[in-house]
Amino acid sequence: MRALPTPFRDWFAARDWQVHPHQQALLDRADAPAILLVAPTGGGKTLAGFLPSLVELAAGDRPGLHTLYISPLKALAADIRRNLTRPVEEMGLPVRIEDRTGDTTYTRRRRQRADPPHILITTPESLALLLSYEDAPRIFAGLSRVIVDEVHALAESKRGDQLMLCLARLETLAPGLRRVGLSATVEDPAAIARFLARHPDPCAIVHADPGPDPDIAMLTTASAPPWAGGGGRYAIPEVLAEVRRHRITLIFHNTRAQAELFFRDLWLANDEALPIAIHHGSLAREARERVEAAMVRGDLRAVVCTGSLDLGIDWGDVDLVIQVGAPKNVKRLVQRIGRANHRYNAPSKALLVPANRWEVVECQAALDAVRAHDLDGDPRGPGPRDVLCQHILIVACSGPFDSGALYAEVTSAGPYAALSRAEFDACLDFCATGGYALKAYDRWQRLMLRGGLWTLRDPRAARDIRMNLGTITDAEMVKVRWQNRLGGAPLGEVEESFASTLTPGETFLIGGQVVRYVGLREMALEVAPAPGRDPKIAVYSGTKFSTSTQLSERILRMLGQDAWPDLPRATAEWLALQRAVSRLPVADRLLIETFPAERRAHLCAYGFMGRAAQQTLGLLLTKRMEEDGLHPLGFVSTDYATLIWGLDEVPDPAALFDRGRLREGLDGWLAGNAVMKRTFRNVAIVAGLIQRNQAGARKSGRQATFSSDILYDTLRRFDPGHLLLQVTRDEAMRGLVSFSRIEGLLARIGGRIDHLRLPRVTPLAAPLFLEHGRVPVDGAARERLVEETAARLMAEAGLG
Amino acid sequence: MNGFDFDLTGARLSALRSGALHWAGEGCLAVSDLHLGRSERYARRAGALLPPYEVEETLARLDADIAACRPRTVICLGDSFDDAEAGALDDRAALWLARMMAGRRWIWIAGNHDPGPVALAGEHLAELALGPLVFRHEAVPGATGEVSGHFHPKVRLAGRGIPCFLVDRARAILPAYGTYTGGLFAGDAALCGLMGAGALAILTGRAARPMPMPRGRNGP
Repeated sequence: MRALPTPFRDWFAARDWQVHPHQQALLDRADAPAILLVAPTGGGKTLAGFLPSLVELAAGDRPGLHTLYISPLKALAADIRRNLTRPVEEMGLPVRIEDRTGDTTYTRRRRQRADPPHILITTPESLALLLSYEDAPRIFAGLSRVIVDEVHALAESKRGDQLMLCLARLETLAPGLRRVGLSATVEDPAAIARFLARHPDPCAIVHADPGPDPDIAMLTTASAPPWAGGGGRYAIPEVLAEVRRHRITLIFHNTRAQAELFFRDLWLANDEALPIAIHHGSLAREARERVEAAMVRGDLRAVVCTGSLDLGIDWGDVDLVIQVGAPKNVKRLVQRIGRANHRYNAPSKALLVPANRWEVVECQAALDAVRAHDLDGDPRGPGPRDVLCQHILIVACSGPFDSGALYAEVTSAGPYAALSRAEFDACLDFCATGGYALKAYDRWQRLMLRGGLWTLRDPRAARDIRMNLGTITDAEMVKVRWQNRLGGAPLGEVEESFASTLTPGETFLIGGQVVRYVGLREMALEVAPAPGRDPKIAVYSGTKFSTSTQLSERILRMLGQDAWPDLPRATAEWLALQRAVSRLPVADRLLIETFPAERRAHLCAYGFMGRAAQQTLGLLLTKRMEEDGLHPLGFVSTDYATLIWGLDEVPDPAALFDRGRLREGLDGWLAGNAVMKRTFRNVAIVAGLIQRNQAGARKSGRQATFSSDILYDTLRRFDPGHLLLQVTRDEAMRGLVSFSRIEGLLARIGGRIDHLRLPRVTPLAAPLFLEHGRVPVDGAARERLVEETAARLMAEAGLG
Repeated sequence: MNGFDFDLTGARLSALRSGALHWAGEGCLAVSDLHLGRSERYARRAGALLPPYEVEETLARLDADIAACRPRTVICLGDSFDDAEAGALDDRAALWLARMMAGRRWIWIAGNHDPGPVALAGEHLAELALGPLVFRHEAVPGATGEVSGHFHPKVRLAGRGIPCFLVDRARAILPAYGTYTGGLFAGDAALCGLMGAGALAILTGRAARPMPMPRGRNGP
C-alpha cells in the first residue's frame, strides 16, 4: 500500500476525511499502463483519478505537461479545474492546473501551447485540435498520465473512437503514457477496458463499493396518465408536491421539447414561486451557465432538464431525481438515479413518471430491472472508418507521416485493433484522392506522397480541416435570438427543419418562454416576447434512444400476464381493452393489425424491437409494399410498433415478412431512402467530404450549399462501391438500422404471425398517431399526391 | 414530351421536367446554371474531394434533352462553368460537348461565375434578343419577355425541396440545371419582388407540374 505524502495526509486529516479504498487502489497501481475505475456517481471518482498525479507532481518541480484530463463536457472542464485548484492551493503544491475547451480565449490557448500547465483539463475535440498542430510533439513530449472521465458515455459514440485514436497518437509522442478511465456502473466493464487500453495491453479494473440500493418507485398521481402522447404534464401537482418536500429535485425528460412544455406548465402551477429552472442542450450557453451557477449556489429547488445533465457537475445537495417518460434503458436510469444524494452511503431516491399509459408498462418493467440489478446494453462494434478518415487528415495537418507507422499506431487503439491494412489503406486513399473509381483528382489530391511520406498538397487545407474537426453531427441548427431592439441576446437554437415550418407571427416555446417568430436575419431566427399566447409545439428534440432488448423482453413477459395488479388501474384497464377488441402481443408471435383511419389504410406491426429496428422494419416493409403496388405513403415507429399508412389495404401482411424477401430488401438497401441519407450525411461530415465550416464562406450560405442527398445519389449511381457508402451501410446496420434485432424477431416468432383485420384504430395503436418522426415514402403514392395537391392549388387559385 | 406549355409575350414555350426550357417555334432549347466543374474547383482550392461525376451527370441529361427536342439553337443562360479553370473540361467532357454542339447554334450567356469566354466553340454573349424574348443570366426588374436563371429557384412541397421554374406574364426564371447546385426557396424576398401577381412555379422532377408560386410561406 502506497502511503500518502505528508501534505496530503494533513489535508485529509484536517477535514476528517478518509481515503476511499478505490482511491487507495488507484494510488497503489499508479504505474499500471491502463486502469479502469468503475464507481457509482458521487463515489469520489475525480479525486481518485487525480490523486496519483498530484502525488507525483508534489514530489518536485517538474516542467511541462504531466497529466491530461479528458471530460466529455465543456462545462465540466471548468468546474473540475475549480474543484481541483482548491485542494492544490490549500496543500501548497507546486502544480499549475488549466482548462482548455472551445470556449477558451485565443490568447490563452496560444499561451497554453507555448507553455503547457502541469495538468490540462480538456475535451476530446480540443485534444484532437491540439494534436493537429505542428508543435504537438513538443507539447506532449513529457506527458505521463491521461485520465478519461465518463469513459462509459464516450464509449457509446464516435467521440470515444476519435479519442482513442488520439490516445494512440499521444502514446507515440509520449511513450510509456499511463491511462486511467473513470466509468459509471456498466453492464460489461471488460468491454470498456478493452476500449480504453492500448491494444494488446492488459487493463486492470477496480470496482468501488456500489453503495446501498436506490429507493425508487413510480409516482402515484390523482389523475391517470393520458392515452397517448408525452410529457407527463398530468402529474404536475404531484411533482410540485415532491419538489416542495425535497431540497433539490432534478426532473429529467427524454426530449428537449417535452422539457420545455413541462417546465412551462410547472411554472404556471407554481403558486409559491419556488425557484425552478430549465436546462437543456438547445439553450444558449449563457442561459445554461446561469442555471448551473444558481444550482451551485444552492439558489434552486428544482431543475427541469434532459440528457444535458446526464453527465456533469457534482451537485451534492440533490436529494430527489424524477424521471419523466419511460427511461428506455435501465443502465441510463441507474446512472440518472445516481445523481441524487452524493453522500456515499445513503440510498439515492428516485421517482418515475410515465408519460402515458404505455409508458406505465415500460416504467414498471424498468423498476423491476433496477431492483434485480439487471443492466442492459448492446455490444459496441468496431471503430467506424469515417472517424479514422478524419483522424488521418488531422495527423496530416500536424506534419508528414509514414503510412506503415500510422497503421501500427491506429491498430493500437482498442476500437481499431481488428482493422486490416487494406481497410486502413482505403481510408488513406479516400483522404488522398477521394477514393473514387474514376481517378479525377490526380492534380488536386488532398494528400500527396512526397519522399515516402504523406503530406497535405496544399497547406491551406489544414485550416478547413481544423474548422471541421469533431464527430458531433447534430441536425442543422438555427440560432434563436431576440429581435435587435431587445439587444439581440441569444436564446438558444432550434432544428432547421422546425425553423422552416415557421411563418412570421407564429409562436413557439424556448427556455420556458413563449416567443413570436419575427423573421430570419443572418441565418438566425429573430423573435419577440409573446407572453400568454398559445405556442406551437417545438419539435426540436434531444437524442432518441431505443428501448433496450432486455427491457422489451421484460415488457412482453408482463403483457402475457392474466392480470396486472402492479400496474395502476387505468393502465391495466387499457391493456384489458386491447385484449378484448384485438389481442395483446406475446413474445413468440408477431401481432399485425390492419384498420382504416383518417381516410387511409393502416397496418400496425408490434415487433418490440426498439425504435431503430422498428424504423428499419418500416423501411423494408414499405419498400416491399411499393414493389407490390400497395401504395404506401409513410410510416412511423416507436419502440414497440411500426405503423404504416397508404392508399390501399394490405390483404396479406404475413407475406411481407418472408425472411428471404426481407433480406433481399436489405441487400438492395442502398436505395434512396431518408434514413440512409441521414446516416450518409453524418458519415460524409465526419469523413470530411462535406465541410460545415469553410474559411471565408459566403454568409448567405443557401445558394452555395447543396444537399448531401445529391452527393449520395451521385455516388450510388456512379460509384456504388465507394468507401463512404460502405461506412454508411455499416453504421446504419448497427445504429439506425439494427437489422440484427429484426433477425432476432424473425427467429423468435418462427413464422407465427397473427393478422387481425379491425374496423378502427385499436387502443395499443392509438399512440402511434401522435408520434413525431413520420417518414414519408417517396414512391408512386406520393407522386400521385403531389399531382393532386398541385392541381388543387391551381384550381383554388382559379388557374386550372 | 413531359412539358408544361405557357405563353410569354407571344412566344409559346414549354418548361420541361428536366429543368430545360423548350421554344419549339424557334427550335430553341435553353438551360441555366450548369456549374460544370464545381467538384474540380473544390478540389483545386484544397477543399473536399467531391464525387467527380457531376459533369458527366449534367451532360447526360442535357444530351437526352437535345436528342428529344433536336433544337437548332441551344442557349446556356450563364454560370455554365464554375470558374476559368473549370472551363478547361477533361477531354471526354469536351468531346461530348463538341458532339452536342455540332450542327447547331450554341450560345454561352455570361453569368456571375463565368470568367469570360472559355476555350470552347459557340458564341459568347452578355445577352441575346430573339424574337419577342431576351435571354440573360440575371433578371432585370421591369424587363418583359425575359428568360433568365441565376437564382436556382425551388419550392418546398410534400416535405421536399423541388427545383422549379418561376413564370409570370413578363418573365421566366429557370431552375439550375447542374447537378451540384443548391437553391433559393421561391418565398425569398428577392424572388417575390421580381415575380408579379399570379406567378406560377413549375415543378421539375417526374413531370413538369404547375402550382401557384408560394410567397412568404416557403421561407426561410
